[in-house]
Amino acid sequence: MIWPIATLELAPLFSWLRGLLVDLGLSEVWVTSISYLALGAIIFGVLALLALFLVWWERKIAAHIQQRFGPMRHGWHGWYQTLMDALKLLQKEDVVIESRDKVVFFWAPVLCFMAAFLAYVVMPWGENLIVADLNIGILYIMAITTFTVISLVMAGWGSNNKYALLGGMRSAAQVVSYEIPMVVSVLTIIVFVGSLSMVDIVKAQSGLMFNWFIFKVPFGPIAFITYIIAATAEANRTPFDIPEAEQELVAGYNVEYSGMKFAMFFLAEFINLFTVSAVATTLFLGGWNGWEFIPSWGWFLIKTLGVVLLLMLFRWTYPRLRVDQLMEFAWKFLIPLTFANLILGGIIKYLGWHW
Amino acid sequence: MADLRTEEFVVNMGPQHPSTHGVCRLVLTMDGEKVVKIEPVIGYLHRAIEKVCENRTYMQCIPILDRFEYVTSMSCNYVFSLATERIAEMEVPERAEYLRVIMLELNRIASHLLFYGVTAMDIGALTPFLYGLRERELIIDLFEMTCGQRLTYNYIRIGGVSRDIPKEFEPKCREAIKIISEKMADYEGLLNENPIWLKRTKGVAVLPKELAIAYGVSGPVLRASGVQYDLRKNDPYCIYDRFDFDIPVGQNGDCFDRYMLRLNEIRESIKIITQALDGLPEGDIKNKKSRMTYKAPAGETYTRIENSRGEMGIYLISDGGKKPLRVKAKGASFNHIQVLPHFGTNMFIADLVANFATLDVIMPEVDR
Repeated sequence: MIWPIATLELAPLFSWLRGLLVDLGLSEVWVTSISYLALGAIIFGVLALLALFLVWWERKIAAHIQQRFGPMRHGWHGWYQTLMDALKLLQKEDVVIESRDKVVFFWAPVLCFMAAFLAYVVMPWGENLIVADLNIGILYIMAITTFTVISLVMAGWGSNNKYALLGGMRSAAQVVSYEIPMVVSVLTIIVFVGSLSMVDIVKAQSGLMFNWFIFKVPFGPIAFITYIIAATAEANRTPFDIPEAEQELVAGYNVEYSGMKFAMFFLAEFINLFTVSAVATTLFLGGWNGWEFIPSWGWFLIKTLGVVLLLMLFRWTYPRLRVDQLMEFAWKFLIPLTFANLILGGIIKYLGWHW
Repeated sequence: MADLRTEEFVVNMGPQHPSTHGVCRLVLTMDGEKVVKIEPVIGYLHRAIEKVCENRTYMQCIPILDRFEYVTSMSCNYVFSLATERIAEMEVPERAEYLRVIMLELNRIASHLLFYGVTAMDIGALTPFLYGLRERELIIDLFEMTCGQRLTYNYIRIGGVSRDIPKEFEPKCREAIKIISEKMADYEGLLNENPIWLKRTKGVAVLPKELAIAYGVSGPVLRASGVQYDLRKNDPYCIYDRFDFDIPVGQNGDCFDRYMLRLNEIRESIKIITQALDGLPEGDIKNKKSRMTYKAPAGETYTRIENSRGEMGIYLISDGGKKPLRVKAKGASFNHIQVLPHFGTNMFIADLVANFATLDVIMPEVDR
């Protein structure tokens, strides 16, 4: 089945491409495949650039928090430093160990990279800028982002390295634990929207600031905070970065990876960071809604980057939790809190107190 | 679940590992995340410093011993000079004694600032490392201004110090310690009330008082376990008895106490430096007998001082010749790494890293 692309702001470009392909005399199957491939390429390009930007941005933020300059050599304030880094990693020898599990070792970074991009099928970038408005949109995102953990466990197992295996196991335990508060926080919002579609969720918050779910007291702010905490853990970032804790496990699951395979993990991590922030924007911060003078995709980007900034500030301020404390925090604090919040939200919804 | 079989496995932590502070190798037997057994393997940084010293003249020993404990190499210079002076019963000019105290305490602060940074980094906070090094840089600049070196100073010599401080040293030193004492609030504000930091350090890796004493642990690690023992007070050397300062003591002997104690020691060192700068007399900086070809008379001594890690000692035997007959260097880190297997087991690997960091072990002192 072909999902409708009518809601796409790129529709004129898209129909032009289709027309061109039809004029070439290709059959319908080919036209559809090629045009979707082109769409995929656009999203891939945007995300790859975004990931490179985020890496640079993180380095700059870290540097300024630590009273350094960070990258300064390549371009204005080193703006294409990460591009150079990626080029360097591309050229590097792919060092692999003999005792690896060949298939698992090879596919782990590919899966990780792939899973990171798949979430963007249903991401509402702007008012009419979405690839496919699935009716199970948010569920799909929750499912596909958890996919990353499989690749991390694969990396840990395939490396045949004790540190990597510990890292993979830690990441499995962590992501499975934090998936629950994350989904429950999301559910609190779903209760109010009554739909899993990303577009419906954003439309339910249409208007200015006080229509956004984060300002719907009492349940909105709590759900936002619990979501952000769980999302930090999902994106494997400090204070929850135990799977790759470099002081304990050297580099955790990616200890045996080098060259472009490492870069794939690295970029996927930053795309995941953007994904969880984009979901936070969609669910709590009104998605593309905002004042008229900035286009809808501009609002989406601004809000998402704001959330990304918040997560980056966490990373450069906090120490790391220990593995058992991490579990304790999830099971003894976060999950009861999110469930209580869900029930509270449900009661408010049932009594019709919401606006 | 009943027949689920688990197996212990062995992990080599080091010699190349980010949090072993050099080339320490810990052979860990682990049960999942928990460490069951620790076996430190030392010797990766052995440079035969003691043997090398037997083939050098007394003055030539000092730059070699710089490498004995390169984080506080002023102490290494000092302890060897003091040992030689004790054998020779050599007088040291007043000004030189004051300069020595200033340098030793500045170096102690520099070492503790480094400790602050790396400990925070080992527990996962990356920013404090840069903060610690930023202020350490001020002190290193002072050393560079005085003796031209930033890490291995070769400044304190037998019978005095190698050269006088430049004119701008005093104002810059006062400014530096003022900045550091102001920044202490930042350091503590960043970590002391952070719930994650407290969870990671409070009650973690408790070193009981009895065990600490039994294994000859000294310095901040011993004091954090509640023993008030500091060679600057208990076995006074140099002119430390002239200054008014306190010895901070911990209570629980956990990681947090060891961390807090070192921060408090920075404050005490600042007190000492301020008093020493105020009382700095004019005069010679070197005994007239102090020359490159200096020969100590026959005799032997065990001389110990309190450096930033604990008791640093030199056992020196002289037969009256050009070269020392035997130089035995004792570092506190050796005892600290020795006691690690006895209180560091049955904890998470993350706690082990925190424990190792707060013991402040550095490997050159262990291996020599």
